[in-house]
Amino acid sequence: MPYNEIVSLSTTIPAAPSTAAAFTGKAVIEVQDLRHTYDKRVTLDGVSFAVRPAEIFGLLGPNGSGKTTMFRILSTLMLPTSGHALIQGHDAAKDPAALRREIGVVFQAQSIDVKLTAAENLTHIGHLYGLRGDALKQRVNEMLRRVRLDDRANEKAETFSGGMQRRLELAKGLLHHPSVLLLDEPTTGLDPGARRDLWQYLQILRDEERVTVIVTTHLMEEAEKCDRLAILSSGKLVALGTPAELKHEIGGDVIVLETNDPESLAQRINQRFGVEATALDGKVRFEREQGHRFVTDVVEAFPGDIQSISVSKPTLEDVFIRRTGHRFWTEDEQAKQAEAAGKKKKKH
Amino acid sequence: MATTTAVAPRVQPINPGTVIPSLSLWQREIVRFYRQKARVVGVILSPLLFWIVIGSGFGNSMRGANGTGQHYLDFFFPGALTMIILFTSIFTMMSVIEDRNEGFLLSVLVAPVSRSVIVMGKVLGGTTLATIQGLIFLVFAPFIGVHFTVNSFLLIVLTVFLVSFSLTALGFAIAWPMDSTQAFHAIINLFLIPLWLLSGSLFAVKDASKWLALLMRINPLTYGTEALRGLMYPQVASPDFPIAFDLAILGGFAAVMFIIAFTLANRRTTKPAA
Repeated sequence: MPYNEIVSLSTTIPAAPSTAAAFTGKAVIEVQDLRHTYDKRVTLDGVSFAVRPAEIFGLLGPNGSGKTTMFRILSTLMLPTSGHALIQGHDAAKDPAALRREIGVVFQAQSIDVKLTAAENLTHIGHLYGLRGDALKQRVNEMLRRVRLDDRANEKAETFSGGMQRRLELAKGLLHHPSVLLLDEPTTGLDPGARRDLWQYLQILRDEERVTVIVTTHLMEEAEKCDRLAILSSGKLVALGTPAELKHEIGGDVIVLETNDPESLAQRINQRFGVEATALDGKVRFEREQGHRFVTDVVEAFPGDIQSISVSKPTLEDVFIRRTGHRFWTEDEQAKQAEAAGKKKKKH
Repeated sequence: MATTTAVAPRVQPINPGTVIPSLSLWQREIVRFYRQKARVVGVILSPLLFWIVIGSGFGNSMRGANGTGQHYLDFFFPGALTMIILFTSIFTMMSVIEDRNEGFLLSVLVAPVSRSVIVMGKVLGGTTLATIQGLIFLVFAPFIGVHFTVNSFLLIVLTVFLVSFSLTALGFAIAWPMDSTQAFHAIINLFLIPLWLLSGSLFAVKDASKWLALLMRINPLTYGTEALRGLMYPQVASPDFPIAFDLAILGGFAAVMFIIAFTLANRRTTKPAA
């Protein structure tokens, strides 16, 4: 399928149920028709959604989908070209100071000062949020205990492992009791155990302290753990809902066939069974209820054409494919290719 | 306003003000400095080296050039002090770029503090280090026969502080938009060399040609060097302006540089901040 067709396809898909309107006033985070253009590149193209109190809200998308831009606008690091982003009623563009008091931010890249000890890192950040004296000392100790760094409190952060540094980042973001926690790809570079710990902790925060968590990710299995999800692709919101809702709309199972000539087989299957099979990455893919029964019909109808067959429950990636017409990572590769091409042009 | 939502009661957000956050960032600069031993060694040894190498080198070719019969190494002493402050002040602000690249700056940018806090913390940190370096250099003063009264010493410290503050703020303003230390070096040299050569450090304004003297009069550093020279050699030096005038110029320079640094840091754009 030619690229421009894919793009037009993704624009014609209705932008997910507009839950935004239903939650005005109650929403902790409101994003209204947010647009961002930089260097002639459209990074956000009219995105709207609302985040409810005390939910873990995921921004899922491949690299270059606009989720990091969204994160930067919400954390007041960058202005949008147009539209609004509000957290607890404060506009990120107009009233950044009030908004900053509400949020805790955990960056994808390191933001702790490795020349300082764990306790010093937290103490400086506490000062920036108006904490001081004994109250600050207590809070620092409490946070260090919660991220299990209390025994290393007075050691320089440069001696810490990657996982410990991430935990210190988290403690830094939560020190001042923010009502909203923003995390950008928080599990980057963490081993599976540390990932699980982090997600458990986010759930505890949500349940016990009613913190609203918004987290960007490009990992499907992480997106699954979110209460609700916004899926971004090329700067557009392509899906919004709970992971279960999103997968439910696929209706049935996802069937993928391996074959030598996917285009023609897809066409023949469509003619014969009236499904919407498409050729994608050299495979034929379609959705069908009761997939396990249906496959036998297909195999009998086209003996010899099919090399392998798989039937699976829909995943979030299937939702992505359905909404955008292409696979999750192809977008990433295209973004990289476009970037590389851009760089080459600049050099010449 | 719908600021209070269904979220459970929690600690009310506090306005952190500006004094404690600034002091906290200032303290961080100092702590970071003495934890990097190489920087400490450099700060103590480089002033001495500068003065002896440059002073002795020029000394033979320029003896008596200042028309006072003063030995050049003596004449150059206040100028060397200016130079030390100049280099140290501006280069400490390379840490702005490091903070940006290491990510620390981001966490300060999302904190609910005024941008003036960031400028104040960084600039005061750099100023402190440059001032300390300047004062270490003053330890050599008695060896060349310069003796201070309490009064003149305090005025020298004030002058050193004002010069450091202005130049650190200048360094901040240059470093703020940059993302690489190489770019910073390239731009800094455009400022450093003319600022220093035309500051009255190497030769007095009186000895310069007319147009050069004009440029030197425009350079605020000239007033710093003249103030220092006047305070160190009250009998020999014959300054063009009273010390109060020099200090006023330096104070104005410091204020202007701070405002420029603050304005740059306070700008918010659609450009990625990191």
